[in-house]
Amino acid sequence: MPCIFAFAEARDGEIREVGLEAVTAARQLADGMGGTVCGVALGGAGTTAEAKKLATYGADDIFVGESGALATYSPEGYASVLARFLKARGCDAAVFPASAMGKDLAPRVAARLGVGYASECTAVGVEGGRVVVTRPEYAGKVVARATITGKPAVLSVRGNVFAPRESPGAGRLQPLDVSAEGGGFGAIVREIQAAAGEKPDVAEAPIVVAGGRGLREPENFKLIEDLADALGNAAVGASRAVVDSGWRPHAEQVGQTGKTVSPQLYFAIGISGAVQHLAGMRTAKYIVAINKDPDAPIFKVADFGIVGDLFEIVPRLTEEIRRIRG
Amino acid sequence: MKSIVCIKRVPDTETRIRIAGDGRSIDPAGVKYVLNPYDEFAVEAAVRQKEAAGSGEVTVVSMGGPEAAETLRSALAMGADAAVLLRGDPAAQGLAVAAALAAELRGRDFDLALFGMKAVDDDLQAVGAMVAELLELPSATVVSDFEVSGGTVVAHREIEGGTEVVELKTPCVLTLTKGAYEPRYASLKGIMAAKKKPLEEKTAELGDSGVTTDELSYPPERQPGRIVGRGPDAVPELVRLLREEAKVI
Ligand SMILES: Cc1cc2nc3c(=O)[nH]c(=O)nc-3n(C[C@H](O)[C@H](O)[C@H](O)COP(=O)(O)OP(=O)(O)OC[C@H]3O[C@@H](n4cnc5c(N)ncnc54)[C@H](O)[C@@H]3O)c2cc1C
Ligand SMILES: Nc1ncnc2c1ncn2[C@@H]1O[C@H](COP(=O)(O)O)[C@@H](O)[C@H]1O
Repeated sequence: MPCIFAFAEARDGEIREVGLEAVTAARQLADGMGGTVCGVALGGAGTTAEAKKLATYGADDIFVGESGALATYSPEGYASVLARFLKARGCDAAVFPASAMGKDLAPRVAARLGVGYASECTAVGVEGGRVVVTRPEYAGKVVARATITGKPAVLSVRGNVFAPRESPGAGRLQPLDVSAEGGGFGAIVREIQAAAGEKPDVAEAPIVVAGGRGLREPENFKLIEDLADALGNAAVGASRAVVDSGWRPHAEQVGQTGKTVSPQLYFAIGISGAVQHLAGMRTAKYIVAINKDPDAPIFKVADFGIVGDLFEIVPRLTEEIRRIRG
Repeated sequence: MKSIVCIKRVPDTETRIRIAGDGRSIDPAGVKYVLNPYDEFAVEAAVRQKEAAGSGEVTVVSMGGPEAAETLRSALAMGADAAVLLRGDPAAQGLAVAAALAAELRGRDFDLALFGMKAVDDDLQAVGAMVAELLELPSATVVSDFEVSGGTVVAHREIEGGTEVVELKTPCVLTLTKGAYEPRYASLKGIMAAKKKPLEEKTAELGDSGVTTDELSYPPERQPGRIVGRGPDAVPELVRLLREEAKVI
């Protein structure tokens, strides 16, 4: 029976949302092939208990490799464990999240197995027994439909596209023997420096509030942060103009040389809408633009726009959202 | 210190992209090509390492058609010392390219193999990590900044919600993102010097990419927006639309 692997990314013993998205995409492929989903989580202590929930999202088999050596991510260690696993089980496809970890790991796994890899897929399906994907290229200016010919077909799925869907699977939980991975890797994570603030990452948040040069001064980003806080579960994003000016960190940059985001809702505030910016956010479900220039290109892609001075509009918007969210 | 930087010729990000008659490739007519912006960061990083150390060598390698020689020259003008053109299908992607680059790197002595985080044409974000795996080298991807001392590299890589500090033994692979290495403009002197630097040409040993592009299409046009109104008075209507129509807040 076909077997679809999903990498259930864990960090600090917790399965991340993007890991559930990978399981959801794998479930879709498994249903197309009449196969099973096998979710795999690697990490330190606590990962096993967390991994049980993969069953809720459609995992038939759950394998957990828990060990001190794998508590922090290692490209070499993780790739070696997963490639061995994929080979031994003869999986037909391997789905990774297109996260920092997933996009580092998946190409290594594919190269180790000598098979093809497609990144940032926005749709997956099965045709004639083969895995067919849709993925944006040229910064979203074109969309490619591609067939992955290798076995397993290795791919990563873009964040926020495959919303975790409850679809109970058998969820047989089994340990994965990772004792052979003792460490001694050539690359070791020494430290993780958390970015200031507790807001979600711009590439993963369901709502992004992005600001541009129209904010005039870095201090005025307080308006953007306040709106994000009022919305809850929203990340702050930025245009390259303000990142280049040093107002905001590059991690917040949206666009061709920043992050590609597909949130449910994207606010572009004081952002003109240059092609390189649009490249990073045009697949958002809803776009709201606030700009004083009625001819700003951002209005061509925005679902809803308000023309006017952001310094008057944004505080009012924040207030209104606070009011309705109580 | 010896560095090798793998660079790709890609359409300028401003260029309008049109699908060719075959429906599965890009029409090159009228397209302006540049050095991939992320690869510029990698070239800049390698040249700065060499300058800081006061010695060393930077070799740039590109797989592509004869036109890629121009891209290699632009990297030589930024301060790289030698170039290698691996002649092969410029449309090849992923594992096919990684195999060709790995074959070239295998025979060479280097401390750092630098890549861009991704090529802005296929947007694959894979070749650097694939080469690392094929050569069994340690790697760090999406690096914004790194330091080298002795045989150790300390790299900062962007991850969700923070920065990962990774320590690597050389030789290793790094893929660069925007960060500490704002690329320089080539000086006239650099451009003149580049013409005299060695550029070796070979045939690329391309592998199989394992992925075939069946069809390219344009993304669905976003329906041009609706202007809800002007000024702060439009806010309540916007909020209503977001709640009741879009149901996103
Ligand atoms: C190779 C390359 C890669 C690039 N990559 C990226 C990328 O990844 N991301 C990115 O964003 N850009 C990128 N760019 C840059 C891009 O071309 C634009 O320069 C940039 O996006 C502009 O940022 P902005 O919209 O904040 O600034 P501007 O274009 O200056 O726009 C500011 C906007 O604010 C409005 N405004 C001003 N005051 C007010 C006010 N009081 N109230 C309301 N509105 C106001 C103005 O009308 C204007 O539309 C790239 C460029 C190149 C060449
Ligand atoms: N044809 C090529 N020649 C040389 N280097 C390449 C080529 N294709 C990709 N690369 C390198 O690999 C990086 C990632 O490319 P990609 O995986 O295609 O997004 C690029 O930024 C380059 O550094």
